[in-house]
Amino acid sequence: MNNWLNIITANAFMPIQGTEIAGKVDNFYAFLLISSLISSIILIGGMAAFVVQYKRKSATDKTAYITHNTMLEFTWSFIPFVIMMVIFYWGKVIFNELRSMPDSASAEEIHVVGVQWAWNFKYKNGIKQYTKDNDPNKQVMVVPLNKPVKLVMTSNDVIHSFYIPGFRNKQDVIPGRYTSLWFKADKPGEYQVFCTEYCGLQHSQMPATIIVKPEAEYTAWLDSNKPSMAASGDGGMNEMANKGLEIYENKCRSCHSIDGTKIVGPTWKGLYGAKREFESGAPVDADENYLKESILNPAAKIVKGYPAAMPPYAGQLSDDEITQLIEYMKVVK
Amino acid sequence: MSTVKTEDGHFHHAHHFNSLSHQYDSAKQGVWLFMVTEILMFGGLFVAYLIYKSIYAPIFHVGSSYLDVKMGSINTVVLITSSFTMALGIYFNQKNKPKQAVIALALTIVCAGIFMVIKYFEYTHIIHRGLVPGKFFNNPEFQQKVVDFISNMPIENLTPTLSDTAHMKKIAPLYFGFYFVMTGLHGLHVMIGAGLILWVLIKTANGKFGAEYYTPVEGVGLFWHIVDLIWIYLFPLLYLVG
Amino acid sequence: MSQVQSTTQTTTGHDNYLNHEKGLWSWLSTVDHKRIAIMYLISILTFFLVGGIFALLVRGALFNAKPEDKFWSYITPDVYNQFMSYHGIIMVFMVIVPGIPAVFGNFLLPVMLGAKDVAFPRLNLASYYVYLAGAALAVGTLFVGKIDTGWTFYTPYSIKTSTSVVMAVLAAFTMGMASILTGLNFIVTTHKLRAPGQTMNKIPLFVWAIYATSIIQILATPVLGITLLLISAERLLGVGIFDPNLGGDPVLFQHFFWFYSHPAVYIMILPAMGIISELISTFSRKTIFGYTAIAYSSLAIAAVSFLVWGHHMFVSGQSEFAGVLFSIITMLVGVPTAIKLFNWISTMYKGSVRLDAPMLYAIGFLFLFTIGGLTGVWLASTGMDVHFHDTYFVVAHFHYVMVGGVLMAFTGGIFFWFPKMFGKMTSDTLGRISWVFVFTGFNVTFFPQFILGAMGMPRRYFEYHPAYEPLNQISTVGSWLIGFGFLVALVAIIQGLVAGEKAGANPWGSKTLEWQTSSPPPHDNFPITPTVTAGPYEYR
Repeated sequence: MNNWLNIITANAFMPIQGTEIAGKVDNFYAFLLISSLISSIILIGGMAAFVVQYKRKSATDKTAYITHNTMLEFTWSFIPFVIMMVIFYWGKVIFNELRSMPDSASAEEIHVVGVQWAWNFKYKNGIKQYTKDNDPNKQVMVVPLNKPVKLVMTSNDVIHSFYIPGFRNKQDVIPGRYTSLWFKADKPGEYQVFCTEYCGLQHSQMPATIIVKPEAEYTAWLDSNKPSMAASGDGGMNEMANKGLEIYENKCRSCHSIDGTKIVGPTWKGLYGAKREFESGAPVDADENYLKESILNPAAKIVKGYPAAMPPYAGQLSDDEITQLIEYMKVVK
Repeated sequence: MSTVKTEDGHFHHAHHFNSLSHQYDSAKQGVWLFMVTEILMFGGLFVAYLIYKSIYAPIFHVGSSYLDVKMGSINTVVLITSSFTMALGIYFNQKNKPKQAVIALALTIVCAGIFMVIKYFEYTHIIHRGLVPGKFFNNPEFQQKVVDFISNMPIENLTPTLSDTAHMKKIAPLYFGFYFVMTGLHGLHVMIGAGLILWVLIKTANGKFGAEYYTPVEGVGLFWHIVDLIWIYLFPLLYLVG
Repeated sequence: MSQVQSTTQTTTGHDNYLNHEKGLWSWLSTVDHKRIAIMYLISILTFFLVGGIFALLVRGALFNAKPEDKFWSYITPDVYNQFMSYHGIIMVFMVIVPGIPAVFGNFLLPVMLGAKDVAFPRLNLASYYVYLAGAALAVGTLFVGKIDTGWTFYTPYSIKTSTSVVMAVLAAFTMGMASILTGLNFIVTTHKLRAPGQTMNKIPLFVWAIYATSIIQILATPVLGITLLLISAERLLGVGIFDPNLGGDPVLFQHFFWFYSHPAVYIMILPAMGIISELISTFSRKTIFGYTAIAYSSLAIAAVSFLVWGHHMFVSGQSEFAGVLFSIITMLVGVPTAIKLFNWISTMYKGSVRLDAPMLYAIGFLFLFTIGGLTGVWLASTGMDVHFHDTYFVVAHFHYVMVGGVLMAFTGGIFFWFPKMFGKMTSDTLGRISWVFVFTGFNVTFFPQFILGAMGMPRRYFEYHPAYEPLNQISTVGSWLIGFGFLVALVAIIQGLVAGEKAGANPWGSKTLEWQTSSPPPHDNFPITPTVTAGPYEYR
């Protein structure tokens, strides 16, 4: 970003840019600022000029009789239209980038649960942070530097919104649904988070802090804060995947292998994130939504080459258990 | 009154109109505009209904089986008949036949009454079975039927939402939420309509209308026809969806 | 050449609508559109005062960041939430939505069309009482359980809170009914009661504006109606349509709500734009530039306004595709708006401009609405809105268009049509002084809020980060200036009523029909129905 734009944005009151996308948003913001300034000067300046130049001189002033001017009217309709289309498109591109979630394999995924009036952060390895915890160390969200972080969010009560001004990003957090937000912080430090959808009494009193640490420090933090739990099976698995392993052993092992062997159903080795082709219908990537659907209602999409033999597990597995299974699938991949 | 019959039996238009026909045209336009708003209001309800029906088809399917199609059909016939008698009420007023008009309008009110009585029985029957939305819901059999219906559905029609049978059990009463709000709002309009018809009936009986001026009768008639029309959409959507 | 062929009237000691009948009951039972307009004016000014007091309380509370520093310990977070909710509900439903149509539409529409009254005078009176009933319900919540949901009533919070939500939404429903009936009345009046020779392309632009507004009123308000009824059903019966625990979708509420509330903002601004057309052409003594373009852009704005509601929901969880669609359509709505701005400014070119108080307010509108409108384009862009949504940037934007736009036009309209309505002149000096304070105060209050938004301050915040404090303090001081400015305007109005100089039929030299009859107009508006042979802005 060249110095001239720097001046505009640095002095135009935007917070620090914690991500590369924040920089892109700020460039766009600078464009909006400048184009609006020019438009205002034309409109308001024109108005002021006419007020002065055509000030009434006498009660019997004669005025021009101009009803329209097609060329002029077309021009000042067309040019704003073009500019607005440019604004639309530029904004759309940025919006796409803000909303294109990184795939779960490369991103650090953290679950966020908004409640009245605090935030919960749940890490894969079992760490649970709570913004109104007594211990200040347990209040923050710690994330790695230069690595995509994906927040999978929901609410337990009313609509909240997770807003990180420094990342120029926010997403409403809704009960009964999951929404997502991602970012890749490229500057270490602390970033303010606000709830920004009115949620009642302490709407203005449920802030959070995101602490961006270089990857090594982040990993160290993860390890040293991991709740002590007996880990089983493959070393280094996160707590959720451990539970998923248990469920696998009880309910899935008879038909699905984890080493590539075909039993009855597809193996889970390499499953997560892979493209699946079906007997009918368009192919789909094996992401959270697909996997959850396949567990609850396997017949919706039968993988090519396999029988429609899997019973639906709807009503038999809770949401938590399904999440744990999927975490295990990610490990086994 | 803006339009008063003078001693010589003629009607005069309100002072801001040019003629009786000017007044009549304007009044009709006004009533039509109001009916547009009514259609939009019910339309919003229908949109919400259709959205939830598409997400929760089994609940709506099973729920509608708890409605009495016989009673609903009778009510449909009753309302259509009442639209006919309403039209007669207008016709007789146009033809300067107030006595017949009064009878036709009275019959219309009777039909409205029959409709509300049947509705009353339907409601009490359903409420008695505990099929009310919210915390007073008490009909586990209905919930179980929904779950059974889902488990018998062809598998390719299932969605993750539907497969979550515990959740589906809990939210099954949603159907009756729609039932009561939609038929309740409609029933309220039937009652208001009946009141309006009574009003024009009394005026007809008092000789306030004639061939030159019967605008309120026609206006109320239009309202009544729209109320009938809304029922004609409601009935299949709620009762016949199964 | 004025719009009418018949001669104008003298104004001394004649029978007019004010002295036509005397006594309180003659007012309360009137079907004269002019008297109904005056009654609306008194009610709306009263509610504006109340809503304004809530605004001052809100801004006062925001002078300090930390709760312990706030100026009045009575204002705890929940009390603050109530104050901000009441400010919104009163201003939106009781002042700005009804505002210009109820006062100026009622008074002027028939007169501008050479008619004796609106199409349905008794319905008009009924609308007023329905509006009052709704307003009473709304104010009543103050004494029952208060309201703390914000004027937007988002679910699930509005379903769960223990405040008087049902009463408040029924109040809004009732006022919506009044809005529908008024809109209906105005459409039929415009269609059926125009003077002989007055084709649609000879009616004043204010009438076009009211007409377009009325179309929105009857098409959009019913959807708000059913939405409010559904909230009531959910709270009272547990229907489950918006509550996820009962199978509902909280975001569906937002779709339903904004389907009305976005067109509602055009209900607010279109009449204001109509006033501006009248003010600028009169005080430039020049025919309006681009009459047809302005008329059709009012209709275009009305039509497109129904297609953009999702731009309030870019981060609500709605699909990205929907967001992009709503964004591009919203950009389209900006084009007719820009056209109007250019047309108004061009009207002043080679005109003869005099900055009487009404014209100052019109100029103020142009300045403030330009800023408000441009920042609206920023918010219409998905990528930018992600940062700005639900921050003070949005608060600044909508106050620029609603206060800087609608309220400026309203006040300008008051000073402009005061002589016509009351037969007296207001003090132009007082009018100009009020403008100075309102205009300056407005910018001092709300421009810092754009900056606060960029800096990330969320809206509806009682306690905020201390970094935001200096700008908040400036903003609060601005609110005092605005308050003082409107107080001066009120003094000007009262002084005019009590001791204003007698006004002639046409003190401003305007060309539309209302100026061709006496000030105040007679009971029937015109002694003889005028015949229209020319357009409404024939300043030659």
